[in-house]
Amino acid sequence: MASTIRVRATNNGDITEVQALIQHPMDSGFVKDSKGEIIPAHFIQQLTFEYDGKPVFLADWGGGVSKDPYVKFAFKGGKKGDELKVSWVDNKGATDSTTAKIG
Amino acid sequence: MMKLRAVRFGFSALALAALVFVLPATAADKIDPVADAKAFKKFFYDKFPKLKPEDFVNGPYSMDEGLHRQWVEKEQFPPYEFAVEAGKEMFTKPFKNGKTYEDCFPNKGIGIRQNYPYFDEKQGKVVTLELALNQCREGNGEAPYSYVRDEMASLTAYMAFTSRGKPFDIKIPNDPRALAAYEQGKEYFYTRRGQLNFSCATCHVQSPGERVRTEVLAPALGIMNAMPIYRSEWSGMGTTSRRFVTCNSQVRGVPFNPQDDEYRNVEYYLSYVANGLPISGPGARP
Repeated sequence: MASTIRVRATNNGDITEVQALIQHPMDSGFVKDSKGEIIPAHFIQQLTFEYDGKPVFLADWGGGVSKDPYVKFAFKGGKKGDELKVSWVDNKGATDSTTAKIG
Repeated sequence: MMKLRAVRFGFSALALAALVFVLPATAADKIDPVADAKAFKKFFYDKFPKLKPEDFVNGPYSMDEGLHRQWVEKEQFPPYEFAVEAGKEMFTKPFKNGKTYEDCFPNKGIGIRQNYPYFDEKQGKVVTLELALNQCREGNGEAPYSYVRDEMASLTAYMAFTSRGKPFDIKIPNDPRALAAYEQGKEYFYTRRGQLNFSCATCHVQSPGERVRTEVLAPALGIMNAMPIYRSEWSGMGTTSRRFVTCNSQVRGVPFNPQDDEYRNVEYYLSYVANGLPISGPGARP
């Protein structure tokens, strides 16, 4: 299975700009399917971006975030060629992670 | 003297030929796809003089400056990326009999999107890319996919992605049935339907760039080039079939079944008049 995470991180001097797209159903638990049955809640609870062993971005998410979420942020520091680690954990305990080189 | 006369005769014969050529093209009762396509393009080029022809394939994003900025940013991280990847995986994965989609298409299915739909003289009907994919599945003993669901969108997304930038090259063979299919597609496009009494053209010829509620309407020219599309409204991918079906229900009409004659023919018409414009699919739309 291919990774559920796409990341692109670019450094321009002082600031590293990060964009990520994550494939996840993000079901809120309040929606019914065509048979009228509730689609069980299934969403990412925590998303972490780590640089140099330290988290640079932490998100506590819930069912209110849309399907296949997109994240964009910037942090101070970061060097070209260094690695940025991304990981998420959802409410069913599933997890995925990937690392991206800062370009 | 003789020579001069001959030249003069040749000249007037040419003028006459030109006259003969021009006259039937203006007659409304004759089916002339070449003239149609020219007039269709001219209408849009005149309506939006600032746009380059290839801008039209990006639909509403070319019509509205704010949307355009959003789109530029979106394209750096396009939401259809997952579908392209899934499509690529599916495309090369063998069926139960060991064959793959590659065996069903010219050039192994790579870079051929711009040739679909085409008129198949053996089947006597228009064959769209979606239909061809399901015919490939059935020919290899697999159950066909739903035309409106994700698998079909992923496959066509991958095929469109490998064909990006190639100009639409839809041909109408010298076959009265092909010309009839084209004409039916055109008729469908301009026929009003549904409780709202809208034709396709009401929105996509008369009012591209205008808003219907929050949406900016796409121009009919180049609308097929971007298919299939990721629509934020659907939070997912949709095929050409899905788009036609939802368009029909939005005007409160009763949609046909995906890939019915009417839809394949209108796709044939719309693709033909966009000949020469590059494939931009898969697209992202609001």
